[in-house]
Amino acid sequence: MASDDINEKTGLTSPLRRQLLKGMAAVPAMAAFGGAARSSFAADGVNTTGLAVTDTEVTVGILHSVTGTMAISETGSVQAEKLAIEQINAMGGVLGRKIKYIQEDGASDWPTFAEKAKKLLVNDKCASVFGCWTSASRKAVLPVFEQYNGMLYYPTFYEGLEQSKNVIYTGQEATQQIIAGLDWVVKEKGAKTFYLLGSDYIWPRTSNKIARKHIENFQKLEVVGEEYFPLGHTQFNSVINKIKLKKPDVIYAIIVGGSNVAFYKQLKAAGFDLENKQTLLTISVTEDEILGIGGENIVGAYACMKYFQSLDNENNKKFVAAFKEMWGKDIVIGDVTQAAYLGPWLWKATVEKAGSFDIDKVAAASPGIEFTGAPEGYVRIHENHHLWSKTRVGRARTDGQYDVVYETADLVEPNPFPKGYQ
Amino acid sequence: MNIRSLASNWLGFALLTILLVVVFPALLDDFRLNLVGKYLSFGFVVLGLVLCWGYTGILSLGQGIFFGLGGYCIAMFLKLEASTPEATKIQSTPGIPDFMDWNQLTELPFFWQPFHSFGFTVFAIMAVPAAIAFILAYAMFKRRVGGVYFAIITQAVTAVLTILIIGQQGYTGGINGITDLRTLLGWDIRTDGAHNILYFVCVALLLVCILIGRFILKSKLGRILVAIRDKEERVRFSGYDVANFKTFVFCAAAALAGIGGAMFTLQVGFMSPTIIGIVPSIEMVIFCALGGRLSLIGALLGALIVNAAKTTFSEMFPELWLFAMGGLFIGVTLFFPKGLAGLVDDYVRPWLVKVLFGGGAKPTDRPAPTPAE
Repeated sequence: MASDDINEKTGLTSPLRRQLLKGMAAVPAMAAFGGAARSSFAADGVNTTGLAVTDTEVTVGILHSVTGTMAISETGSVQAEKLAIEQINAMGGVLGRKIKYIQEDGASDWPTFAEKAKKLLVNDKCASVFGCWTSASRKAVLPVFEQYNGMLYYPTFYEGLEQSKNVIYTGQEATQQIIAGLDWVVKEKGAKTFYLLGSDYIWPRTSNKIARKHIENFQKLEVVGEEYFPLGHTQFNSVINKIKLKKPDVIYAIIVGGSNVAFYKQLKAAGFDLENKQTLLTISVTEDEILGIGGENIVGAYACMKYFQSLDNENNKKFVAAFKEMWGKDIVIGDVTQAAYLGPWLWKATVEKAGSFDIDKVAAASPGIEFTGAPEGYVRIHENHHLWSKTRVGRARTDGQYDVVYETADLVEPNPFPKGYQ
Repeated sequence: MNIRSLASNWLGFALLTILLVVVFPALLDDFRLNLVGKYLSFGFVVLGLVLCWGYTGILSLGQGIFFGLGGYCIAMFLKLEASTPEATKIQSTPGIPDFMDWNQLTELPFFWQPFHSFGFTVFAIMAVPAAIAFILAYAMFKRRVGGVYFAIITQAVTAVLTILIIGQQGYTGGINGITDLRTLLGWDIRTDGAHNILYFVCVALLLVCILIGRFILKSKLGRILVAIRDKEERVRFSGYDVANFKTFVFCAAAALAGIGGAMFTLQVGFMSPTIIGIVPSIEMVIFCALGGRLSLIGALLGALIVNAAKTTFSEMFPELWLFAMGGLFIGVTLFFPKGLAGLVDDYVRPWLVKVLFGGGAKPTDRPAPTPAE
């Protein structure tokens, strides 16, 4: 469809300008695209299943924790999703309809997530929902989305072992994040021995399982230790002593949340020099976590994920500028925040390809959807509803940002059910 | 007993029955009715709290754990039913729950085995919480530990069991809980029709539990409980074994909470450690305090009102709703120390009886029970 191309191009090259000029620019843009689209897509034609779509508006949901322990992590996702929605609206919306969002608070409580998901689908008839952060919240809402046939765009890197018609996973699944990083550290650092650490829940455990299989079975190297700590744990001295004894080439750390602060401070206090002597690779510390850890405590550590705020490309520069314009200049943007930003854009592209808001048509049209305007660069939706994306290794600086030291040449295929890693 | 005192005593129960059986189903859509069902599952916990806190003076800050144990019992049964070898054939070990497979377990742990049986599960929903409560209560009350000390210990036990459940994720599902429950004896519990039926099951059980609670409170046992609350030493010197009575009422409250947990799991579709910890346990006490800890029906309405307010406020102000909840709690405790039920007892009920039966406004025959302190 011609209007799609125009929509995409204008939007992808100028989200920032749109943002700045939205007061003036949005109105004529709406008239131009909206008028054309409205004539060709009457509400009943693009919406045969009773979703909340009118001739001028389409309702979506945002479902994250803005209160409780997860609020600190999920706020960035909410901000990114609102930014994307505002930018899309400024360039005419989706199929000529402005996006209206209904925000609900999951309150860091999984039954609340399920209740709110059901409310968004059953009461509000949301055409799609952008939300969830922890695996536990996703597991809680998944049956709701499948039963009431909704569409969820889930932003967090996660453990895989899941695939649903009703979910698009815009973060990386475990193999995408882990394997490229391990290959890089072996090639660049000549690593032979690894010590695996993690917080004690499903994502770190599954990720370390994949890491161990890759190290032992494919790289034929050695894992010298593997340990888990309860969420919120703050005493790492005993494991740090064990690491001192085993002298691994690489500390592979998947510690999450507040525990990170204690871990990196104690590691530094114990004399580990991440800048010059000890290699540490993590998949769980984004720029958001470094705010709490303090750049001076983690400087020199390597992180492996798909996005860093410091990525040097045009899309990212515009994204970072628009994000700071909307939410304040001191804000940092981590991997998950960027992945959350992709959700509304991917949904828009999918709806326009399908020519319909119907969930079944959107789900069927999703494989192959491309987004060239992603801050991380080009991404594409795989048959399995995860994203093809590049994996990158960054090195932590004292100012809390990462220097990108490596990126995979090609997009990495998502493989949520990896053979040989189970 | 004349008609007026009969009406005064049963009016609340009658109105509650009409509200739950007729008004809510008639006015609310499927989604909201299911939510009310979920709120009512907390009603079982507050009935128990009225018995053990309001009337016996045992403050428990650990009812969440009994609620959770009941919920986990039924969740284990439902999870086993959902984990057929065909449904789980992509796992390394088909036929065991998915989270066990993710945690490298290769066979079902022994304590999961009995939960293949529905009969055992129904028994366990009440027996497991009651058994844990018995151990705790017997050990404490025999040593004459009570009051604040007991409340602190219940809270410690709650913390311990929550950490245990989260930590042993291979056996319990960890922080995710036990999710993706599908059918109960082949009956799909996820449909709107099933939710409606479960709502009425929940209401029926709740009304039965209220009647049992009333029976206990009206009996001689109930008077002993109040006596224990108000002057424990005198009851002991009169020859009663106070510890046994306190243990009994605490176990009864735990079993009630277990039933509530099971109804919660059935209506919500999964069980999670986030609703059994210290904070949810204290919230349950708040439901009870807000509604009125001396009134079974009042406390139940407290659970309904607080949960409904939570839903409403958080839908209206997703980022600020906690302040509204805080305001509600402060307002009620400041202005209605006996809870909403106290308000009703003092003003509404006499007025209603007067309107219905005429005659001069006269206070209820039964003197309002004084709160324990």
